[in-house]
Amino acid sequence: MSLSHHHLNTNILPTLSATIPTPFPLVFSAPIVSFLSFIFYSPLSLPSSPPIFSPFPSSLPTRKKMATAFSPSKFAAQPFPLNTTSQNNPLTIPTTASPFLGSTRKLIRLSSSSNLNIRRRSGTVVAVSDVVKENKSKSTLNLLITKEEGLELYEDMVLGRAFEDMCAQMYYRGKMFGFVHLYNGQEAISTGFIKLLKQQDSVVSTYRDHVHALSKGVSARAVMSELFGKTTGCCRGQGGSMHMFSREHNVLGGFAFIGEGIPVATGAAFTSKYKREVLKEADCDHVTLAFFGDGTCNNGQFFECLNMAALWKLPIVFVVENNLWAIGMSHLRATSDPQIYKKGPAFGMPGVHVNGMDVLKVREVAKEAIGRARRGEGPTLVECETYRFRGHSLADPDELRDPAEKAHYAARDPITALKKYLIENSLASEADLKAIDKKIDEVVEEAVEFADESPVPPRSQLLENVFADPKGFGIGPDGQYRCEDPKFTEGTAQV
Amino acid sequence: MGLRNIIGKRLGLGLVRRRKPFSTATCDGNGNGNGNAKSINLYSAINQALHIALETDNRAFVFGEDVSFGGVFRCTTGLSDRFGKARVFNTPLCEQGIVGFGIGLAAMGNRAIAEIQFADYIYPAFDQIVNEAAKFRYRSGNQFNCGGLTIRAPYGAVGHGGHYHSQSPEAFFCHVPGIKVVIPRSPRQAKGLLLSCIRDPNPVVFFEPKWLYRLAVEEVPEHDYMLPLSEAEVIRQGSDITLVGWGAQLSVMEQACNEAEKDGISCELIDLKTLLPWDKETVEASVRKTGRVLISHEAPVTGGFGAEISASIVERCFLRLEAPVARVCGLDTPFPLVFEPFYMPTKNKILDAIKATVNY
Repeated sequence: MSLSHHHLNTNILPTLSATIPTPFPLVFSAPIVSFLSFIFYSPLSLPSSPPIFSPFPSSLPTRKKMATAFSPSKFAAQPFPLNTTSQNNPLTIPTTASPFLGSTRKLIRLSSSSNLNIRRRSGTVVAVSDVVKENKSKSTLNLLITKEEGLELYEDMVLGRAFEDMCAQMYYRGKMFGFVHLYNGQEAISTGFIKLLKQQDSVVSTYRDHVHALSKGVSARAVMSELFGKTTGCCRGQGGSMHMFSREHNVLGGFAFIGEGIPVATGAAFTSKYKREVLKEADCDHVTLAFFGDGTCNNGQFFECLNMAALWKLPIVFVVENNLWAIGMSHLRATSDPQIYKKGPAFGMPGVHVNGMDVLKVREVAKEAIGRARRGEGPTLVECETYRFRGHSLADPDELRDPAEKAHYAARDPITALKKYLIENSLASEADLKAIDKKIDEVVEEAVEFADESPVPPRSQLLENVFADPKGFGIGPDGQYRCEDPKFTEGTAQV
Repeated sequence: MGLRNIIGKRLGLGLVRRRKPFSTATCDGNGNGNGNAKSINLYSAINQALHIALETDNRAFVFGEDVSFGGVFRCTTGLSDRFGKARVFNTPLCEQGIVGFGIGLAAMGNRAIAEIQFADYIYPAFDQIVNEAAKFRYRSGNQFNCGGLTIRAPYGAVGHGGHYHSQSPEAFFCHVPGIKVVIPRSPRQAKGLLLSCIRDPNPVVFFEPKWLYRLAVEEVPEHDYMLPLSEAEVIRQGSDITLVGWGAQLSVMEQACNEAEKDGISCELIDLKTLLPWDKETVEASVRKTGRVLISHEAPVTGGFGAEISASIVERCFLRLEAPVARVCGLDTPFPLVFEPFYMPTKNKILDAIKATVNY
C-alpha cells in the first residue's frame, strides 16, 4: 500500500506528514494471515482503547475496525503476578499445553474453538501464529518454516549462544576486558527478527549487541577481535563490547547508554522513507529495527521516538526485549504499567506482545511488523517476553533473581525448543543439527584464534577519527601525530 | 607526615591496571581519630555517610537506579533494609527524571540524595542541573531553593571502562554558577565531604572516583563528622613546585612527587576537594611560595578545569611565576578503551612535566 498518491513537494520534514494525505490511511488491505486481521477476528475480548486520532477524515466504514485493529492484540495473562510484594510467593506460571507452541501439527489436530477456550481459561498467552492457524479455513499441514529456513534459524541461534559462551570463557581468562553483557537466552529475538532483514536494512542495538551484530552478518571473527580490542575488529578495536558497528551490514551500533540508540534508529528510518518518497527511489524500502530493553521503556527518549515515528509513519520496528530485569530492578517494580506493548497504541501504532523464547512466533510477528514498515504503513512496537540466562554483565553476580524464575525460563530455552520442533516435524535429523553445532564450534574457535593473532592497534590510532580531518587535530605543527612526537613522554620509555 | 601506602599491582596493557590508592592518614586535624576508627574502603565510607545522613534527618531520601539492593558499587547497601522502601528506593531508568524529581523533593524541604549510576549517564540530567537546580534559588528570589539536593555519581577511569564508564565530566558542571562540585580523594575525606555536601544549603554534585571504591582503604572514624567545603588541603609540603589535583589522580601525582623527590625536586601537593567554588587562596599562597604550578586531571585538557585554575593563578601570581602553568591531562579524544594507558595522565607524564617546569 503506497502511502501517497499526491505529489510531494520537496519541502521536507514537518511537512512530510502533511503531504501524505492518503484517502485511505486506515484501509484494511492486509492479507488474511496478517496479524491485524487476526486481531479483528479474534474471539478474545479486547481491552478498550481510545480511537486513533487521524488527521484525515475517512468516510470508510472500516474506520471502526481500525480502532480495534490498533489496540493491543491480546493478553490473557501476565507473565508474572503484578502484586510485587509477593516476591517470595511461588510464581504462578500459566500452564501451557506445550512449552513451545510453535508446533502447528498439534494445533490442527485439536478442534480450534474449544482449544482456544481452554487456553483462555487457563490464562495462557496466546500467540499470534497459532490463533491465525486456527482461523484458517482450509486445513493445512503447512509448517511455519521450511527445512532450509529451520536450519538457518538453528544455526544462527547456536552461533549466538556458542559465541556468548566463548566470550565468557575469554573474559575469565583475561583476554577481553571491560564490561561485557551476554545475550544467552534471548537468541530467539535476534534470530527471529534479523534473519528477515536484507543487507540494507539497519539494526540499532544496546550494549547487549554481540548477537545482533552476528545475526545481521558481521563475521564472528570481526566481533571477537573487537572484543579483544584488536585492529581487525569491526570498529578497529575502538569501542569494544558495547559498540559494534558495521557499515557493510548496516549495524548502526551498540549503545552503552540505554535509550540513546532509539532516536538514532528513528533518524535512520526517516532517511529510508525520504529516499523513497522524496528522492523517488521507488524500491527503497529499507526498514530499521531498534532493539532495547524493558528498562529503556521508562526513559524519555523512548516516548519521544514513538511519537515521532508514528507521527511521520516511519519504517521502523521498535523491538522491546523484555527480560524483566534492568540490572537489579525488576520491571514489574519499576513500571507503572508493565505491559509495554500497550504504549504503542497510545502513540498511534500497533503494539504486539510475543513470546520471545519461541523463535517461530517471533518470526511470524516480525514478518508482519517488518512487512508493515516495508509497505509504508508505519511503525510497530513489538514486546518480546524473554529472559537472560546470565547476569546483567559478566561482573554481575546475579543474586537477585529468583531461582524458580530462572528455572522456568531455562526450560524454555529457545534453542532446545527449536531443535525439538525441527526433529518432531521431521525437518531435520539429530545428525544435521549436531553437524551444525560442530560447525559453529569451529567457527567460534577460529574466531578466537584469529582475534588472538591479530595485532593490537598502533598508538597513532588513539588520535584518529576525533574529527573528520585528521590534520585538524591530533597532528602537531610539524605534521607528525602528536603521540609520535618524542615530547609525548619526554623520552621516558614507559608510558 | 607519615603516608601509608597500600601496594597495588600494575599490570600490562589491556588488562586491569591498578594504581596505588592514596591514603590520607596524615596528621590533619579533621576527623580526628579519636575513639573508633576502622579501616574501610571508599564505598564503605560512603555507605556510612549515607547511613548517618538518613539517621540524622528523617526527611532524607536516597534514590537512583538499583540503589535498593545496594547499588552496582555497593554504596547503598543496608539502607533500604534499615530505613525502609519509602526512603530508599529505586527509580526507573530516567536520569533526567531522577534529578528533576530530586529538585522537586529538595524544593519542598527534603534532603534528596540522588544517585546517577555512572557520571557518564549524567548528561540527560544536565539540563535539570544547569537550568533548574542551579537557578532555583536565584530565580525564585530566595522563596524556594533546592539546597537539599545532592547528586552522587561515580566518575573517572577504572581501567577497563571504555567510552561510557570512565568519563570525568566535572568541567561541565564547574561552569554553572549556583551548584557546588565536590570530589573526595579517599575514604576518610569522602565520608566527611559527603556529609557536608548533604547538609550544605546548596545543590551539590558529588563525584566519587570509582577506581578507588575498593582500592582505597583508610582508617575512617565511625562517628558523624563533616569536612569543610571550599577549602583546599595541602597534603604534602614542598618548595619547588605546586601540584594541584583532585580525586583518584592525586595518587598518581603523589607517586610522581616521590620520584621527583629522588631527583631533588621538592613538590607541594594540593587537593582541591571542592572544585566549585574552589579555594583560590590556598593555591595562590602555595604558588607564591614555589613559583611553579602543575595541574593534573583525567578529563581532556582543552576546557578542563585545569584551564580555570591556570587562568586564575596567572591572574593572581603572574609576576611570581617562574614557568608557565603546566597541565598534564587526558588527551582531547573520547575516552578510549584499549588506549586508556596512553590517554591517561600517567606518573611519567607528570614527572616529565615537573622536570620541564622546574628546569624551565
